[in-house]
Amino acid sequence: MESLGQLVLFLVVFTDFAVLGSSRLSACIRAVALQGLLLGLLPPILYGSSSVHAWTLAAGTIVVKAIALPAFLRWAIREASVRREVEPLIGYMASLLLGVAALAASFAVANVLPVIGGGAGLLIPAALVTVIIGLIVLITRAKALTQVVGYLMLENGIYLFGLTQLERVPFLVEVGVLLDVFVGVFIMGIVVFHINREFDSISAARLTELRE
Amino acid sequence: MMQFAGDHPALPSALGALGVLLVGAPLVPGVAARTRALLTGRRGPPAWQLYADLAKLLRKGAVYSTTTTWAFRLAPLAVVVTTVMACLLLPVDGRSALVSFTGDVVAFAYLLGLGRFLLVLGALDTGSSFEGMGASREVTFASLVEPGLFVVLVALGIATQRLSLTGMFGAELWREWSLVAPSVILLAASLFVLMLAECSRVPVDDPATHLELTMIHEVMVLDHSGPDFALILYANALKLGVFATLVLDLLVPRAELAAWASAATLVAGLVACGAAVGVVESTMARLRLPKVPLFIAGGTALGLFGLILLLQ
Repeated sequence: MESLGQLVLFLVVFTDFAVLGSSRLSACIRAVALQGLLLGLLPPILYGSSSVHAWTLAAGTIVVKAIALPAFLRWAIREASVRREVEPLIGYMASLLLGVAALAASFAVANVLPVIGGGAGLLIPAALVTVIIGLIVLITRAKALTQVVGYLMLENGIYLFGLTQLERVPFLVEVGVLLDVFVGVFIMGIVVFHINREFDSISAARLTELRE
Repeated sequence: MMQFAGDHPALPSALGALGVLLVGAPLVPGVAARTRALLTGRRGPPAWQLYADLAKLLRKGAVYSTTTTWAFRLAPLAVVVTTVMACLLLPVDGRSALVSFTGDVVAFAYLLGLGRFLLVLGALDTGSSFEGMGASREVTFASLVEPGLFVVLVALGIATQRLSLTGMFGAELWREWSLVAPSVILLAASLFVLMLAECSRVPVDDPATHLELTMIHEVMVLDHSGPDFALILYANALKLGVFATLVLDLLVPRAELAAWASAATLVAGLVACGAAVGVVESTMARLRLPKVPLFIAGGTALGLFGLILLLQ
């Protein structure tokens, strides 16, 4: 069980890098959906398959993060007829190198971070790196939709961090995390939809030009 | 401490495995081509096609342009000799190399580099701007592969506390393998990606293409003919075999096996590696030239991930 959990966390980190390195929007969404699925598998693996709580959390996570949100993002692409390319503000190469730097930093920080309960092996570094790479995607991609993907990854990282405290934190908080993502993406989706309708572009760079 | 073949602990096994590698290497591109053909619904040439090609080329005469000098004639020989020398440093039987000394990893990397350098010199010696272009592309990608290769070697050096290929890929790796397994698997994956770039396989270069604009490695060797070209083809297949052996050494423990079992595993590993290359070639399109650095950087990132895991 221990090594299976580590393997899943590995794959989570890989999906982070897949989002950083891919130039197609659909590939990004697929990677984030896979990440959602992996996150859903984690609670039963880390906390034993006998816990009803873990299974409920797994089901909820998979439904929201791996099925509903990616479907919603794909729908937004179709409806708003977004161009299929990611438009990075910095090159893919630089993004990847930033990602590796983030990985190094998160492992360094995870070693000195006093987390109650600890969390097994890769959990904390994987959480930190997912948060940081989510931030990188959020900052360095021009399109509102890719920024939603980055925000989702950020949330996924926070969720991973939450897993270290699964036994202490009430169920409600976890549901809150899921709801938070759902509402956030919903609102951003609507915004994306409207921006595209109003201005024929969903580049966030244009948002700076808005005046009252 | 320097160790030579004379006082080698398991000389027959090491020599046998080296022989298997030297003879079996042309099988790797053959199996790759065969797998690619099968997966794309064609019959394809047999897996031993390269042997037939080599035999045919060796029977032919070589034609030399009057503008070329000794550098052009040296290149094919030099590239085979450096690659075979690199093989001597490699623990082909999964136990220990024929020649090993502290720091031979650097010798290994730069023997391959020297072979390529001489090949590039030969290409430039023809005076053809086209070959110059191919050489420039090849060197550009090779300069990107080299840091990746050293990331992998440094990580293995840290994992095993050794600085020779025998220590890093041989029996000593397997004493600590279970402790460092996740990062070693990552390093093997990184080596596989670097192999595709280093040996001019599909996402980076296409050995089957003869369209001028897309050729990289093939351009450089365009003017070589007959036995010279056979040597170059053989050296490239052997380089693929060398990388396949490195990946195999990282993933399959062969230190405890008998000599024949180790050699059989090596053949199986070469075939498996060829098949893996074939699967990549039939599922991936060739990358646009500007995308290649990203691909190689991705491979290097895998190695860096492995390194970071080790340092944790």
